[in-house]
Amino acid sequence: MLLKIVPENTHIAFMRMRTVSYPLSAIMFLASIALFFSVGLNFGIDFRGGTVFEMKTMESPADIASIRTQLGTLNLGDVQVQQFGGPDEVLVRVQQPEGGEMAQQAVVSLVRESFAESVEFRRVEVVGPRVSGELAQAGLIAVVASLLVILFYIWFRFEWHFAVGAILTTINDIVVTVGLFVVLQLDFSLSSIAAILTIIGYSLNDTVVVYDRVRENLRKYKKQPLPDLLDRSINEMLSRTVMTSLTTLLALAALYFFGGEVIRSFTLAMIFGVVIGTYSSIFLAAPFLILLNLRPSSIAGEDGDTPGGGEGKASAGGSPAASA
Amino acid sequence: MLYFARWKVTLIVLVILAGAITTLPNFLSPAALRALPDWLPSRQIVLGLDLQGGAYLLYEVDRADYVQKRLKTLEGDIRQKLRDEPRIGYTGLGVQGNGVQVRIRDTARLDDARTRLNELTNPLVTNLFGGQTVNEFAIDVADDGLVRFTYTEQGLTQRISTIVQQSIEVIRLRLDEFGTTEPSIQRQGEDRILVEAPGEGDPQRLKELIGQTAQLTFHMVDQSMSPEQALQSRPPVGTVVMYSMDDPPFPYLLEETPLLTGEDLVDAQVSFDSRSNEPVVNFRFNTSGARTFSVATQRNVGRPFAIVLDNEVISAPVIREPITGGSGQISGSFTVESANDLAVLLRAGALPAKLSVVEERSIGPGLGQDSVDAGRIAALIGGVLVIGFMILAYGRFGVIADIALATNIVMIFGALTTLQATLTLPGIAGIVLTIGMAVDANVLIFERIREELRAGRSAISAIDAGYSRALGTILDANITTLIAALILFQLGSGPIRGFAVTLAIGIFTTVFSAFTVSRLLVSLWVRWKRPSKLTL
Repeated sequence: MLLKIVPENTHIAFMRMRTVSYPLSAIMFLASIALFFSVGLNFGIDFRGGTVFEMKTMESPADIASIRTQLGTLNLGDVQVQQFGGPDEVLVRVQQPEGGEMAQQAVVSLVRESFAESVEFRRVEVVGPRVSGELAQAGLIAVVASLLVILFYIWFRFEWHFAVGAILTTINDIVVTVGLFVVLQLDFSLSSIAAILTIIGYSLNDTVVVYDRVRENLRKYKKQPLPDLLDRSINEMLSRTVMTSLTTLLALAALYFFGGEVIRSFTLAMIFGVVIGTYSSIFLAAPFLILLNLRPSSIAGEDGDTPGGGEGKASAGGSPAASA
Repeated sequence: MLYFARWKVTLIVLVILAGAITTLPNFLSPAALRALPDWLPSRQIVLGLDLQGGAYLLYEVDRADYVQKRLKTLEGDIRQKLRDEPRIGYTGLGVQGNGVQVRIRDTARLDDARTRLNELTNPLVTNLFGGQTVNEFAIDVADDGLVRFTYTEQGLTQRISTIVQQSIEVIRLRLDEFGTTEPSIQRQGEDRILVEAPGEGDPQRLKELIGQTAQLTFHMVDQSMSPEQALQSRPPVGTVVMYSMDDPPFPYLLEETPLLTGEDLVDAQVSFDSRSNEPVVNFRFNTSGARTFSVATQRNVGRPFAIVLDNEVISAPVIREPITGGSGQISGSFTVESANDLAVLLRAGALPAKLSVVEERSIGPGLGQDSVDAGRIAALIGGVLVIGFMILAYGRFGVIADIALATNIVMIFGALTTLQATLTLPGIAGIVLTIGMAVDANVLIFERIREELRAGRSAISAIDAGYSRALGTILDANITTLIAALILFQLGSGPIRGFAVTLAIGIFTTVFSAFTVSRLLVSLWVRWKRPSKLTL
C-alpha cells in the first residue's frame, strides 16, 4: 500500500480562505517591513565590514568569560563573543574599527597574537568598508535583477496577470523571509542573499507549477467561474505541491542538523522559504489572479469538460512545450 | 513518449557512463589514482578554500599613497629640469592637491620652461583602444608664470593598471620563492589583486610577505646636526628623519635622495656572519649600481650610511673602506626566518605601490575537513530520507525515481569534475537541495500519471500522457530556478559561486534524468510487464 500524504480528489475551498490568508499575509508582510525599519537586520561583516574569528579552545567547554576579558584588554571596541557549534568552539565578532583597512589588519594581528597559544583559529574573515559596500550593492542588484528577468520570462510564457501575480507572491516571500531574519536576528550575510535567491527560485517553481495548471484548466473549463477553477487547479496540484515540499524539507532538515554550524542559518532561511513559498503559491499566487481580474466574466466559449480537450488557442500565450 | 530509438538509448547510457567514469577518481586514493591507465580521466573535484582550508586575500592598490609618492617624484623632476643649465628661476614649487605647481620668476623664459616641462607630461601607451597614448599629466601654463601639472584621469587609470600588473609579477615571484603551494594570483577589477593560497591555514606570514613594499634604499647619513636637533627645529633642506627598526626606535638624519635603490640589486642571499655567527643578508649590485656604490663609498670613507627598508633604518654602518666589488652585507638583528624573508623580498623586487588588504577570509584545515565531513553526512542522510520517502509514496515508480536521482547525483559530480568547478560548502548545500528538488520532476510526472489514470486512461496511455504533459511544467519550473542560479553566479564570489554552480548543474541533470533515465526505465518496465492496470 502506497503512502498517500494527500488523499485523492480533495475539494478544499482555498479561494474562500483568502478572507483569512489575505489579512494574515498582509499582517506578516507589514510586520516584516515595520521590523526591518525599526529593529533592523543583523548585518554580518559581509555588508557592514568587520572581523570574525572562529576559534576552537584547548579546554572544553570554552571559558567564554575569560575570552571576553582577554579581548577586553586589547581595546578593540565593540566585541561580541558567543558559542558556535561545539562546546569548545567560539565565535568572536569585532566591529569595523575606525581607520579603515590598516586598522582592521592590526586587529587581526593583535587577536591572533594574543590567542596564539590558547586556541586554534578555525576561520578568520575580514571585510573592509569598501568591499562591504560593494557586496551590499551587488546583493541588492542580484535580487532585483533576478526578479525582473523572471518577470519577463513568465510574461513571455504566460499572460501578464500571471507574471504580476508571480512577482507579487515572490516579493511577499522575500519580505517575510527578511522579516524572519529580523525576528531571529540571524546574521545577514552574502549566503543569506544566496538563500533568498534560492527561495525566489523555489517559490516561483511552486507558483509556476500551479499557474501552469490554471492555464491548462482555463482552456478546458471555459465557463467555470474563476475562483472555482483556481480551487480545482490547486486541489489537482496539491499532492505534488506537498510531496515536493516534503522531499525538499527532508533534504534541508538533514542539512540543518548535520551540515555544520557554518551553513545553519543559511539552511534555516531556506527551510522557512520553502514553507512560506508553498503557502504563498497556494494562498496568495492563485487568489492574486482573481484580484488581477484574469478572466473577465464576459468570456464565453464551449465548455469542453473532457480531460485533454480544448488544448490550443483559447488563452493567449500559447504553450509550445506542453504538447511536446 | 515511451518509445526510444536505439541510438537514443545508447546515447543516454553513454552520458551516464561518462558521468560515472569522471566521478570515479574522486573515490580513489592517490595511489590507486596513479595506477589508473592513462586513457581514464584522473581529475578530481576542486575543493574550495572553505573545504580544504586556505587563505583568500583581496588587495587593493592604495591610490592616494601612490599619487602622493608619484607627485613627489614629479616635483623632483621639475626641480631638476629647471635647474639644468641655463637655469630658470622659479619659486613656490610644491605638491598641491592632485598636482604639482611652480611659478616661473622670469615670464620672458616661460616658453623655454614650457618646452622643458612638457617632457614631463609623460605619454603612456594604453593597453585599451589598440595602443593609444595618453599623457599622465596635463600641464597648464598661465601667462603670469604659474605652471600647474595635474594628474589626468586616464593617466592615473593607466598607471594603476600597470601597477597591478607589476604587483602581480612581484607577488608571484615572492610566493614562488616562499614555497607557497599553488597560489592563484589574479587581477580583480581595476585596482585589485586576489591572492588565493589553498592549504595556508595561517596567512599572517603570507600577508607579511605580500603586503610589504620592500623598497630598499641606501642613504648617506647627514651629520650637519644631530637627529634630535633636527626633530626639534627643522631638518635641513634635502634631508629627512627616519627611525630604526629597534624598540624603542632610534632616529637618523638622512639625505632625502637615496644613493641607490633595490632596483639596482641583482641578488640577495642569507648567510652567517663569520664572527658573530648571526644571520645576515648578502646582496650584489648590477654593474651601474656597483659603479655608483663604489664612487660614493670612495668619497665618503669614515662617514656612516644607512640601509633603509620601507622608510625604516635597518642598519647604519660606517664606511671603513671603498666598496668596489659591487656586493655588500646587511646585518641587523635578524633571525634566520626574518633574514630569509628579507632576502626573498629583495630578490623579488619592490611593489610599485602600497597594497592594502580589503578582504580576507582564511579557513583552517581543521574546519575545512569538518565541513567536508558534515556535508557528506548531511548529503547521505538527506539522500536516504528522500529515497525512502519516494519508495513509500510511489512504490516501484519511486524506485525508478530513486535510480534517476542516483544517476542525477553521479552526473552532478561528473560535471563538477569535468568542468573543474570549485566545490564549496554552500555548493554541497546546493547538491543536497538538488536531491530534495530533483524528485520534483518525477513527482510532477507521477502525479500527472495518477490523474490520467483517474480520468480513465489505460496504463500505457496514462504513462505516456503523464510524461508528455508534465514536460512543459517541468521546464517552466526549472528555468525560473536556473535564472536565479545564473544571477547568483554573476553576483557571487568564492563559496556563493560554488552554490550557484551546483544548483545550475543540478537543474540540467535533473531535467535530463527525469526525461531520459526515469522515462527509459519506465518504458523498459512497461515493455517487460505490459501492465493493463496500474496502481500508483
